[in-house]
Amino acid sequence: MSSQAGYTPRDWGSHPPYLSPEYKSTPLRAPGKPLVVLPQSLSERTGPVYGQNAVGPLDHDLTKIAATTGEPNGERIIVAGQVTDEAGRGVPHILLEVWQPNAAGRYQHADDQHDAPLDPNFLGAGRCVTDAEGRYRFITIKPGAYPWGNHYNAWRPNHIHFSLFGPSILTRLVTQMYFPGDPLLELDPIFNGVPEASRQLLVSKLSIELSEPEWALGYEFNIVLRGRAATPLED
Amino acid sequence: MARDDKLRQTPSQTVGPYFAYGLTPEQYGYDYKQLVGNNLSAGDIAGERIAIRGQVFDGNGDTVRDAVLELWQADSQGRYAHPEDERGSNTGFAGFGRVGTGTLAEHFYEFQTIKPGAIGDGQAPHITVVVFMRGLLNHVYTRIYFSDEAAANDGDPVLAQIDPARRNTLIAQRQDGPDDADGADGAIYRFDIHMQGDQETVFFDA
Ligand SMILES: [Fe+3]
Repeated sequence: MSSQAGYTPRDWGSHPPYLSPEYKSTPLRAPGKPLVVLPQSLSERTGPVYGQNAVGPLDHDLTKIAATTGEPNGERIIVAGQVTDEAGRGVPHILLEVWQPNAAGRYQHADDQHDAPLDPNFLGAGRCVTDAEGRYRFITIKPGAYPWGNHYNAWRPNHIHFSLFGPSILTRLVTQMYFPGDPLLELDPIFNGVPEASRQLLVSKLSIELSEPEWALGYEFNIVLRGRAATPLED
Repeated sequence: MARDDKLRQTPSQTVGPYFAYGLTPEQYGYDYKQLVGNNLSAGDIAGERIAIRGQVFDGNGDTVRDAVLELWQADSQGRYAHPEDERGSNTGFAGFGRVGTGTLAEHFYEFQTIKPGAIGDGQAPHITVVVFMRGLLNHVYTRIYFSDEAAANDGDPVLAQIDPARRNTLIAQRQDGPDDADGADGAIYRFDIHMQGDQETVFFDA
């Protein structure tokens, strides 16, 4: 077991701290005590495995998967990119799950009381598995901004929630993808919880190459997961 | 590749309050098939059936109604269904489950699973737990150990490095269920998670 290299640590210079007081849900939910360092045993170097058979043929197309009477409202977009490790190597055959509000900024959720219309043709959930090079692609509707109760006149910037696995339970990542040029970003305590030098990693890029003429704009969002450490860890 | 050439890890963000239709749609009543739920032991899986249930508490001692928990565990023989475990699980056990705290009374969560075996490296039987919630900008890792494995727990190298006063936060307490007599249900283990306070659960950085 000790012959296998472990994973690089979580980069706390890139991730937000647990306690981020401007985001008012963190003070009662952030762990109060320091994390205990855990050696990377087989329990950490393994994790759930999902292959292509985990996803249905329409799961990557959020404009179709829940459509009942026609196309969902809003601006159709393509979101695609590559999942790599820190050395730039693609992470193949891993599961991505996404969820988002509709074009009006409304989630199909009992807790979402925003006075904006639901869309009978849009649920806002999807999933896909990366290809052999770690690439993924979704088709969806550009999500709307929505208000939230964090502070007076608080609005979340447009965003899509992403959940990723990767080769082990240690590479688990839940994050949010944002859109370029969104003026709400600088006002958002969740985005601003990230150290400044890493914030742009969460902002997708408009990509004319990914766009399809007469049909949809494309946004590129690349994701970097923890990779294998250069030298084997002792355990 | 020199260290400076390394790409930076994509920052974590909170799962937020609306994860249900993305991550646990069937549990919350959405018309979208979920990949994984709270029953890890469905079907013909070898091993002792157990349930694990509990609540998640915030720094005020209030139950958290919008957390999502994931389990990752070995099978009854202590093997993982993953290529890095060269022995490989041969029981058909996938070892992964997921549940939100928003659908049971008093914000309980519950998993049906099988009791994991020891993996054979000196560690006591345990389950890795990943916790996400609104207000948590990075997920936390913790572990479930079992109260009826006292001897194995005493020899466990991870428990040994933890302040003895906090070790019990990682030990699920066995509560034999009322249905035990007919064998319909196995033991129930209670495992609560406290984000803060005197009973704060030990969270790991691995
Ligand atoms: Fe959101």
